Amino acid sequence: MERILEVNDLHVSFHTYAGEVKAVRGVNFYVNKGEAVAIVGESGCGKSVTAQSLMKLIPMPPGEIKQGEILFQGENIVNKTNKEMEAIRGKDIGMIFQDPMTSLNPTMTVGNQIVEGLVKHQKMSRSAAHSRAIELLEMVGIPQPDKRVDQYPHQFSGGMRQRAMIAIALACSPKLLIADEPTTALDVTIQAQILELMKELQKKMDTSIILITHDLGVVAEVCDRVIVMYAGKVIETGTVDDIFYNPQHPYTKGLLRSVPRLDLNKDEPLTPIFGTPPDLLRPPVGCGFTARCESAMRVCQEIDPELTEVSKTQQTACWLQHPLAKSRIGS
Amino acid sequence: MIRYLGKRIFYMIIALFLIITATFWLMQAVPGGPFTSEKQVPPEIEAALNAHYGLDKPLFEQYVDYLIRVITWDLGPSFKEKASTVNQIIERGFPVSLHLGLQSLAIAIFGGITLGVIAALRHNKWQDYTAMVIAVLGLSVPNFILASFYQYIFSIKLGWFPIAQWEGFEYTVLPSFALAALPLAFIARLTRSNMIEVMSQDYIKTAKAKGLSTFTTTVKHAIRNALLPVITYLGPLSANILTGSFVVERIFGVPGLGREFVMSISNRDYTVIMGTTVFYAILLVVLVLLVDLAYTIVDPRIKLADGGKE
Ligand SMILES: Nc1ncnc2c1ncn2[C@@H]1O[C@H](COP(=O)(O)OP(=O)(O)O)[C@@H](O)[C@H]1O
Ligand SMILES: [Mg+2]
Repeated sequence: MERILEVNDLHVSFHTYAGEVKAVRGVNFYVNKGEAVAIVGESGCGKSVTAQSLMKLIPMPPGEIKQGEILFQGENIVNKTNKEMEAIRGKDIGMIFQDPMTSLNPTMTVGNQIVEGLVKHQKMSRSAAHSRAIELLEMVGIPQPDKRVDQYPHQFSGGMRQRAMIAIALACSPKLLIADEPTTALDVTIQAQILELMKELQKKMDTSIILITHDLGVVAEVCDRVIVMYAGKVIETGTVDDIFYNPQHPYTKGLLRSVPRLDLNKDEPLTPIFGTPPDLLRPPVGCGFTARCESAMRVCQEIDPELTEVSKTQQTACWLQHPLAKSRIGS
Repeated sequence: MIRYLGKRIFYMIIALFLIITATFWLMQAVPGGPFTSEKQVPPEIEAALNAHYGLDKPLFEQYVDYLIRVITWDLGPSFKEKASTVNQIIERGFPVSLHLGLQSLAIAIFGGITLGVIAALRHNKWQDYTAMVIAVLGLSVPNFILASFYQYIFSIKLGWFPIAQWEGFEYTVLPSFALAALPLAFIARLTRSNMIEVMSQDYIKTAKAKGLSTFTTTVKHAIRNALLPVITYLGPLSANILTGSFVVERIFGVPGLGREFVMSISNRDYTVIMGTTVFYAILLVVLVLLVDLAYTIVDPRIKLADGGKE
């Protein structure tokens, strides 16, 4: 399978008055062609920073990609200039943001906001781009697209705006679509419709998707693989089945216990994970989850565990995977 | 739209009526009359003058007369300048003031927006600090001091521009800049803070994620949104320029309406004071209406109340 994206040992920091916030601390993952990958984790764990690094959209300064490489179609984009990135943004990688109420320009028609990208990347004339914008609005399921195209965002409902955002992101048929919590700000029914739409368009256009969310329910519906992030690191990764039915990391297990699930026993109570994630200004030396972990051992505090293979498809970074720990638990 | 306009014009007329009434009665409350001056006028002549100008009639009658004159736009003769009517004085002074005002407004808008945008794009860099020092100076130094300062530097010391009078383009430069300083500083600060806010908005990130260049993003997405609140202030700012011109016109000896107004006050030239006040009032309310209409064009979210609903 062709790898469209590969992230190796990515470190991203923000230089603030309080000091260096180490938002992303050595992230590794990949995305195959046509695959939908979820990045999950509590808020503040570095999901958005990771996603925006992929397009080099983090504000620099204060942000800085300190280390690592981001291979998009085999090319490292970390060293690309802003001009080179402009040719990739919107054309090869599209992005959808969390809040459809604020991510569209209020003083520009929805049509013109779609047209911009087409004119820039496809060298279309404005009138051709306008017709294409109508087709795109129709494709994302907006009724009366020929009228809607000339309306302003405030004339659209929240769900319709997110559809319009999807139209903008997919306008130039990108190879990778990054959706950063695309449904978090929407009603549950609208959420389902938007996810349905994304799934359908992914099949149709053969795009790869990175779906960022803190909602595991969303993941099961759309994605093939899951990356679990915690305190700026990947702590577990695997297929949807691995993560849902055979989670290894105590944090992943905690996440699963804290969301309602239709497929499991209803009598089991929901339990949120107690405590808060560590301060990324002073990240811990050992495993970041130690303070909140029920099975924490002394080694967890001292040394950060590496990602190790659980199976061919699943990896986790936890000392419980170490043969010694296993044998202790076993005995 | 028509209905909205009708409503606005109706309120405008009420506002004008109140202003005219207030001016009229305030003038009556000021002690002395148009013929009180250093030179003693014999009582019989003063009585004859009063009768000639209708000042002997009961006050209320004078008030009604005045209202009628305003409606027919016949503001009466000047008491001091026997040869001219108030209408003539306005027709003579206003074009000069308008020229000065428009030139200042252009400087203020163009300079203010440029300074504000640069400051925002170079937030917390030296360009930002420089721009904001200029803005604070513009806001805090009164324009009569600034005017004298310009005269000293650019006329006396450097000899670049004439010190006063109004005889050609070079004469307009110093008064225009003196008058523009305050609104320029104001627009610069407003633009800067709006730009900084807009640049952190999500839709700017969306624009960048489309692959638009920094330039396109700034011009097409940021500046337009940042300027919306500036437009709201254009009405009051124009008013500021109009009233600011009283002082500046005096200092630079510009024969505009502002100078006529100031002179008419020291001359107790009743009809000119009232006439120019009413004229300024009309100008102001019309400007505010125009600005409101302009706002609905640039901001699609603002819809003029149709069919009477707000
Ligand atoms: N512009 C910034 N300046 C300073 N810190 C930032 C900035 N953006 C993000 N961070 C920090 O990076 C960490 C990760 O943030 P983010 O990726 O947005 O989390 P999430 O997983 O909720 O998307 C947070 O601790 C946040 O405070
Ligand atoms: Mg986020």
